[in-house]
Amino acid sequence: MAKTLIELTINGEQAEALVESRTLLIHFLREQMNLTGAHIGCDTGHCGACTVEIDGMSVKSCMTFAVQAAGAQITTIEGIAGADGTLSAVQEGFRMMHGLQCGYCTPGMILRAHRLLLENPAPTESEIRYGIAGNLCRCTGYVNIVKAIQYAAAKINGTPFQEAAE
Amino acid sequence: MSDITMPNVAAIERSRHGSSIGQPVTRREGHLKVTGQAGYAADYNPPGLLHAVMAVSGISRGRVTHLDVAAAEAHPGVVKVMTPANAPKLAKSPDDKDHGFMFRMNVLQNDSVRFANQPIAVVIAETLEAATEGVALLRPRYAEEPARIGLDGSAAFALQAVGAGAPAKGGIGDIEAGLAEAATRFEATYETPAQYHNPLEPHATVAEWDGDKLVLHTPSQGLTMAQGRIAGLFGIDPANILIKSPFLGGGFGAKGLFSGPQVLGIMAARFVGRPVKLVLRREQMFGPVGHRGETRQTLRLGADSTGGLTALEHNTLTTTSFYDDFFEPAGTTSRHLYASPAIATSHEGVRADIGTPIFMRAPGEAPGSAALECAIDELAVKAGMDPLDFRLRNYAEIEPITGKPFSSKALRQCYAQGAARFGWASRPRAPRQMRDDDGLLVGWGVGTATFPAMIFPSEARAVLRVDGSARVEIGAQDMGQGAWTSLAQIAADGLGVDYDKLDLEIGSSALPTGGIAGGSAGTATAGSAIHHAAADVIKKLAALATSDERSPLFGAGNSGVVPRDGRLVRQDDESRGESYASILARAGLAEIDGKGSAGPNPSMQESYAMHSHGAVFAEVKVDPDFGQIRVTRLVGAFAAGRIINPRMVRSQYYGGMIWGVGFALHEHAAADPRSGRLMNANLAEYHVPVNADVPLIEAILVEEHDPHVNVLGLKGVGEIGITGTVGAIANAVWHATGVRARAFPITLDTLLERPGDI
Repeated sequence: MAKTLIELTINGEQAEALVESRTLLIHFLREQMNLTGAHIGCDTGHCGACTVEIDGMSVKSCMTFAVQAAGAQITTIEGIAGADGTLSAVQEGFRMMHGLQCGYCTPGMILRAHRLLLENPAPTESEIRYGIAGNLCRCTGYVNIVKAIQYAAAKINGTPFQEAAE
Repeated sequence: MSDITMPNVAAIERSRHGSSIGQPVTRREGHLKVTGQAGYAADYNPPGLLHAVMAVSGISRGRVTHLDVAAAEAHPGVVKVMTPANAPKLAKSPDDKDHGFMFRMNVLQNDSVRFANQPIAVVIAETLEAATEGVALLRPRYAEEPARIGLDGSAAFALQAVGAGAPAKGGIGDIEAGLAEAATRFEATYETPAQYHNPLEPHATVAEWDGDKLVLHTPSQGLTMAQGRIAGLFGIDPANILIKSPFLGGGFGAKGLFSGPQVLGIMAARFVGRPVKLVLRREQMFGPVGHRGETRQTLRLGADSTGGLTALEHNTLTTTSFYDDFFEPAGTTSRHLYASPAIATSHEGVRADIGTPIFMRAPGEAPGSAALECAIDELAVKAGMDPLDFRLRNYAEIEPITGKPFSSKALRQCYAQGAARFGWASRPRAPRQMRDDDGLLVGWGVGTATFPAMIFPSEARAVLRVDGSARVEIGAQDMGQGAWTSLAQIAADGLGVDYDKLDLEIGSSALPTGGIAGGSAGTATAGSAIHHAAADVIKKLAALATSDERSPLFGAGNSGVVPRDGRLVRQDDESRGESYASILARAGLAEIDGKGSAGPNPSMQESYAMHSHGAVFAEVKVDPDFGQIRVTRLVGAFAAGRIINPRMVRSQYYGGMIWGVGFALHEHAAADPRSGRLMNANLAEYHVPVNADVPLIEAILVEEHDPHVNVLGLKGVGEIGITGTVGAIANAVWHATGVRARAFPITLDTLLERPGDI
């Protein structure tokens, strides 16, 4: 299979790689770049476990060819924390609000929530639910995932967050 | 009952002191999971790795007559194609079955096809892409036979046992007499479809052979069982098999029994002599790794003029495969939930050309209680009673068919607290009485939740070190429920050490057997073994201290000291004690270890019925023009003994209740009756709830003390949430619309098929 040289930026670092035109971005990231945080759940773009960012958009990387990412800025779960390892507000929300169970959907869920809050910094509960409806959690941790994103929104906006009494 | 060894309740209560147990701590592995560093099986890429992709059958029954192996092998990057013609022969037939917890498998030992999506070849290549293309090039041809599909696809037959071995029949009293004397009678048939577990992580194996030694990364809910199964199939010593499964991307029963595709991954690695990764594609999850069998349940009930049940009959017909035996135990719920002088439950099987069904989150109880809770509701309405009052009228004070007392049962409090929170008292009795501001029909329903409290055999090892830290090892499995955290909480309290000074190691077959993460028994199973291992350590430590006259504890006697925050202290005077470090240092020991085991207690099981209980209240809104159904509110109140971690327990209840939403309204594997192939073997068309489907959910933890169920006094929480929810939603749909849907999932066409119904 002929290969194409692509140059791209992954988590702020320049990279170049030879990829086959049939290689999906998720397989490129996981198998060639060893960035295994994004997962494969459905192969059809419905579960969102493979969600990454391409040029500021949430993208399901199982529906994208690696060659389509040539020249793009890509962010994966491995690049979402601060350079010193400080968790992002969304990561902290998922961590603190128990927005995860088995954790398999979590990287994709966090990448999607990250972009959702950039698109809509103060979403209502309903906007959160619909905004991440393309990311399945089978376990299912949906209730706490909403809380995690509310926590992150509050932290980003500097507004108070009160975990509902349990 | 004098021969029963009573758990030391005082000891349980003491260990709460300053404890980790009961604290809503967040997950120990949370940081790994939010940074993408938790390693699932398919994340492992050893040097020299090859990729394997399964080719699966496009027919349901027959033989494979041709595969274009030459075309596949000619594709650049393809290393080998494994077919029945060249696949390694296993040491024993994959159809031999030593016990019930074992799948018969289709692993290229012959060319027969027994269900659609059955593996028929494996292509192994340098890249995933090449292997995938190789599969496409195989272009299989078949000798096809007519598929036998569904509950009417072949003749029903009588069963001896269902589920994990429960008797297929069970009951008390005379059903016909009970029905004859009833003032109100009701009979109906309910159907539940085939459902697929669909953990978000597909089954994956990364297999590496070194001679007769195997290292395997694969998700497993039962490491010891998996190890034994592999050993038998490959004719090797279990000690030569190391399975690593630190994180599962969900299981729900699909990863309980070692499955055919996982065996194929191991075979492929042996076949090519290199490490091989084999990951199922989503559509391949619909067949060879189990599902929840479909059921048709007929219930006949009678009640006297006061609403007391006089008869409860629950007959189930359920599908299994033509080559194996697993039967959904749907009727067992009716044996222990409501009091009735006459109860009869029975199951019949029917075979189909499908992959074998298996345990799926709340096996038996999920479909069984769905039907039972609907039928009870229908009878209540017919008898002119409030559905909650009717359930209370028929409250079982003892387990109906055995007459055993319950080890604990706070169901009455569940009903009360759930009803109060939901506002049930203001519910109008008749249907179609409530509308919201948008004109949508609003309905409220209730369902009783129930799941048995079980425990499996397990062993643990605990080590206390002179520096005050500790380590606990057990081959338990965390499929997402939170074992990494809750087991550490149990271990920390058992050893009297700070939670943060406790290293826990789970998820490897090299560790002492951790039993099964299933049956809602994972925490009871592993936690009890850990508790005993910790007690063994403390006992040894106490022996060192109390027999040494240099210790402040000298003479206190083994039973007179307790562990507290890194110290042993006198039970009668906690100000007098000695640190673990001091005791160990004086004895010249760097560490001290202990072992513990746990398992079912036959005398307790003989004496008590053990179940978790709960009550679920649901609100639905239905569009009167289009029949669109939305669940808008769920309140569940559950009693499950001692709560190790309320944060994680609540999360389990939420998850279970959302599975109930999926069962009631979404999940349905639809088979083409002509070919037997599933028409929706993907996550686009096999619908599961998304976040936008999920309503406001509340889970109330109802206090319950159980001195009998196990040493920790805890029951399971992982599955019960489904059980009351399905019936509650179905009953709420009736209350909104006046239409009784008796086939799941309830979809808008069900409500619209009778014009004028809504």
